[in-house]
Amino acid sequence: MSWISTTFTSSLGKKFIVALTGLFLCSFLMVHCGINSLIFLNDGGLAFNAGAEFMITNPVIKLMEYVLFLGLIAHIVQTLMLAYQNKKARPVEYHTSNGAANSKWYSRSMTLLGTLILIFLILHLSHFWASKVTGHLAASGETMFEEMKEVFENLWVVIIYVLAQGALGYHLLHGFQSAHQTLGLNHVKYNGLIKGVGTVLAVVLPVLFAAMPIVIYLGIIK
Amino acid sequence: MSEKHINIKLKVWRQKNKSASGKMEDYSLSGVSTDMSFLEMMDTLNEKLTKENKEPVAFDHDCREGICGMCSMHINGRPHGPLKGVTTCQLHMRSFNDGDTIVVEPWRASAFPVLRDLVVDRTSFDRIQHAGGFISINTGAAPDANAIPVPKVNADEAFLAAQCIGCGACVAACKNSSAMLFTSAKVSQYALLPQGQAERSRRVEAMVAQMDKEGFGACTNTGACSAECPKEISISHIARLNRDYIAAKSSSEAV
Repeated sequence: MSWISTTFTSSLGKKFIVALTGLFLCSFLMVHCGINSLIFLNDGGLAFNAGAEFMITNPVIKLMEYVLFLGLIAHIVQTLMLAYQNKKARPVEYHTSNGAANSKWYSRSMTLLGTLILIFLILHLSHFWASKVTGHLAASGETMFEEMKEVFENLWVVIIYVLAQGALGYHLLHGFQSAHQTLGLNHVKYNGLIKGVGTVLAVVLPVLFAAMPIVIYLGIIK
Repeated sequence: MSEKHINIKLKVWRQKNKSASGKMEDYSLSGVSTDMSFLEMMDTLNEKLTKENKEPVAFDHDCREGICGMCSMHINGRPHGPLKGVTTCQLHMRSFNDGDTIVVEPWRASAFPVLRDLVVDRTSFDRIQHAGGFISINTGAAPDANAIPVPKVNADEAFLAAQCIGCGACVAACKNSSAMLFTSAKVSQYALLPQGQAERSRRVEAMVAQMDKEGFGACTNTGACSAECPKEISISHIARLNRDYIAAKSSSEAV
């Protein structure tokens, strides 16, 4: 066990976990966004409800939900441990620091962006996941689409959802590339592709996610 | 460019010794030649302080031609000041304007404790190097040239990594005080050459372990290190270090 524990307690080992779980969470976002985008068909939520039904009842997806939570917790725990270690590595701050001269603000703010996403996630789970787990949704006889319309009636909820997508976008803009670099995947043939895919994900996913509460609030999708 | 003389204000970190708490102190210097290097400007300040019976500012310097890695000042929020690809000794006062206030601080990292004023202890880098940044070979007579074939591209890449002068600007620039760029350069310079293969796994494992032990932070791939590196060492070496570390940990004989 010793080489395994030394690997995963080293700074590099912790980062590998953050990178792997980060990419796994990206794959979740793609599936989540894909299914939710079914609302744009504007068919009264028919396709979306069918998709949601599949995600709730399929045994493989049910199992993956546990893996997803484990991945999310690992991503957060490892990041917090690293953030603590990084903070300790500079006990005295600079009087003057010009980070903008050498790096992007969002690259330096991943912990902050991640924390904002986590706060949003708690709110998001309380909106859509709690009712499913508690059986409240099934008891009320509401479909997921009806629940969605109810939640997005509130303008403040819509605003928070849209702002949170900004945090997600910048988190992905750095995170997708960074995960590859951490895993050692830096190669002149693929760097352009990695950067391109990361940028597309960082724009397309948040834009689609942000569009959902907006179109429902405005009544464009009924 | 013709020589000009400028008046500047300085905010310099003063700290008596390792255990004392320091603070920023203000100085002003008039008639500074724009042809002076930054270190010559600091010499001028020290002459002035000496004449005033004050303690001169302690700072590291040696070759003053940008190759030794001794100078180490954090100037206006950036390691080695505002220019790209130069050390503090190669920064000249023509990069500043009349009336500027220049903030000068030591490198900030728990692994680089301040010894006095702007002088920090960088022996943590030496210990990382001692952990594995070498090749154990029988020396003896000089081998024939080209006895071991090395492709030109590999030799070039190894030399780009070997340009690292160990100044610590990467650590100073990194928001996490991470020493990954330094360590990756020292690992890469051997990993790219045939002579480095025998100890490749042992080297990366030992050097990363020592790096962590010294209390440097972890890399978050902001790229600040490479942007501020006076030798412009690429973060592709960090990716190589990451690859080599995974490979070594999963396949080396060290259980």
